[in-house]
Amino acid sequence: MAILDQTADESAATPGAGAEHIAVDAGGERASWFQITPLVVVLALFFGLPMLVVLAVSFFDFDRTDIVPAFILDNYVDLFRSEVTLRLYTSSIKFALIVWLVTLVLGFNIAYFLVFHVRTVLWQIALFLLCTVPFLTSNIIRMISWIPFLGRNGIFNQALMGSGVVDQPLEFLLFSDFAVIVAYVHLFTLFMVVPIFNSMARIDKSLLEAAHDAGASRFRAVAEIVLPLSKSGIALGSIFVVTLVMGDSFVVRTMSGGQSASVVSALQNEVAALQYPPAAASAVIMVIIVTLMVAGILRLVDVRKELAR
Amino acid sequence: MARKSSETTNKLNRRLLLKGAAAGSAVVATQAIGGFPTVWAQNTKDVTLIHAGGSYAAIKEIGEQATKDLGFKIVMQAITDDVQLNRSLTQPNSIDINNIDSTKLPYLMGKGVLAPIPVAKYKLWSETVPLFTKGSYPNGKMASTQGLAPIEAMFYAGKDGKKLADKPTEFLTMIPTIYNADTLGIRPDLVGGRDKVTSWKDLLDPKYKGKTALVDYAPVGVMDVAMALESRGDFKYVDKGNMTKEEIDKTIKIMIDMKKGGHFRSFWSTFDQSVNLMASGEVVVQSMWSPAVTAVRSRGIDCYYVPLKEGYRGWFVGLAPMAHLSGVKLDCAYEYMNWFNSGWQGGFIAKQGYYSAVPATAKKFLTQDEWDYWYDGKPAAVDIKDPYGALMEKKGATRDGGAIWDRMGNIACWNTVMDEDRYLTRRWNEFVSS
Repeated sequence: MAILDQTADESAATPGAGAEHIAVDAGGERASWFQITPLVVVLALFFGLPMLVVLAVSFFDFDRTDIVPAFILDNYVDLFRSEVTLRLYTSSIKFALIVWLVTLVLGFNIAYFLVFHVRTVLWQIALFLLCTVPFLTSNIIRMISWIPFLGRNGIFNQALMGSGVVDQPLEFLLFSDFAVIVAYVHLFTLFMVVPIFNSMARIDKSLLEAAHDAGASRFRAVAEIVLPLSKSGIALGSIFVVTLVMGDSFVVRTMSGGQSASVVSALQNEVAALQYPPAAASAVIMVIIVTLMVAGILRLVDVRKELAR
Repeated sequence: MARKSSETTNKLNRRLLLKGAAAGSAVVATQAIGGFPTVWAQNTKDVTLIHAGGSYAAIKEIGEQATKDLGFKIVMQAITDDVQLNRSLTQPNSIDINNIDSTKLPYLMGKGVLAPIPVAKYKLWSETVPLFTKGSYPNGKMASTQGLAPIEAMFYAGKDGKKLADKPTEFLTMIPTIYNADTLGIRPDLVGGRDKVTSWKDLLDPKYKGKTALVDYAPVGVMDVAMALESRGDFKYVDKGNMTKEEIDKTIKIMIDMKKGGHFRSFWSTFDQSVNLMASGEVVVQSMWSPAVTAVRSRGIDCYYVPLKEGYRGWFVGLAPMAHLSGVKLDCAYEYMNWFNSGWQGGFIAKQGYYSAVPATAKKFLTQDEWDYWYDGKPAAVDIKDPYGALMEKKGATRDGGAIWDRMGNIACWNTVMDEDRYLTRRWNEFVSS
């Protein structure tokens, strides 16, 4: 934004005729087309084209090893007829909703604390970096470390039994939906914290002071000032979390011990069995559904407008 | 019996030759041993062969030893099953020697990616265990043909390699290398003793509810359950290795009910997961691979690979040259495949619990004590080490299941790809998501 404003100022400041002004604008337009070309090319080649191939293959026929170019709807018909599809989507969406809710509550509160309670910028930065420390190790290690912790003979169960809280190890802690959600929340909360932190940091502190002066309780100030003004951060964080959960197969497979499946893990089974066309059909439906979810979020919050604020 | 004595003579010949004697029989004996460069070294020194296979078979050390012995370069690539299938079919030129397990054959044959091997090019064929050459055991008994049995997977009907033949022909699909007998692994300390699990049906015993696991791979997972159901007397399969849709439905239905009832603790998809499930005590009975059992044991935790009364699930892998090879490179490929079974590899892999297709050559690279432990099922006279020198079993231990033919001689069913594999994958997805 700042750069654009600057150019506008400069062109306004340039003394001269209107004709020259127009010429500069035309050049500027050409320049911006030129600027977006690399991104367009990259996206077209590495996203658009593969997506088209996936779409095409989803209509193909197949046998044990070959995919046969054809135009059949069987892959989609099978997908929509199978009750597994519904079950997989229900399960994935259930995970997405729960994880979204938990990470939102956590993310909002952590960001609020960092922005409004921590007074010095140095401490803010230090604590913010602390949040990111676990992310210096790989996703997989962070997730797998839950397994010995939550297991039947794991640290947590031993602690519970040792302190006499339970006398039987809690079995639901590992290889269960609970374990999956714990891992998701652990892995994805930062994706909520960062954008919310970013939008909260831009809130003018004097607004809160004004609210306080006008007699608003802290809760009311949060509800009517902080929350609306961090909408864009919440929306961006939600997009990250929802798409990450919907697109996951590894966490669900590992933490449920293979007891639960996700849309993508079922798709992987098909790919491993060389059944590309049904996998492609499943991918196409997945892309449509996730796009709709993201569109829904963007419909509620106009992120572009908020960011340009 | 006649066979046995001829084997002994062969062995004697090789021994003599190894000592540098018997110049007169050198021609015959060279053929018998293989591995001696018969292609002119100066042409081959620039050759590089890419050997791709599962991590249990495409082992770096074997490639390094081959490079040293043969004078041309072998590059080992350990890849997963689905990557191997994909590369074999879509980029066949990226592999020279394909280290495939038998269940890859139905996918790869007739696609023009594998080159049939004329029997004459493989010098150790006459010494290969009869399981592969005739479909029988050394004692003459025929091996089970449920699933994809060795005899059904070793031969092409013709040199075009379009169809498998179920009897010996002049064209091999692959050079058989290693094989083993799989069964259930248990934690004797947690089930109350080694003798508590004796049958496949124990996998489904309500006693072990919440403490069992299966491999998360449909063809094997379903077959293990089928073994259990058959031994529990639920029903009898016409062929467990090639179930009908109805049989798949019946099996999956029971599996789904058991899963909903909380019978299974987990489904593992990697070797490490199976080791950790067992070592942590999450699971006390599960389908497992032999080296995973030894990996648990090497942590000082008792784990036992139970010889079950219904028999084992068998598997075997081999080497197939890819169809794009020609000229010097193809000659080198044959040279390498002959080297592969000439002993060093067999000795190395024996210490991981796998058997060589030509045990007599592997024996030369094992000490008598190692041979007695791994192949003959005798109590270890010394501490048993793995190929890398780490302690595996203490002196006095006996191999689970005993001698090679007590284990391999008792295969109930072979790993396979069913005709209904598409349907099976679909139902398995239902099972996992239920």
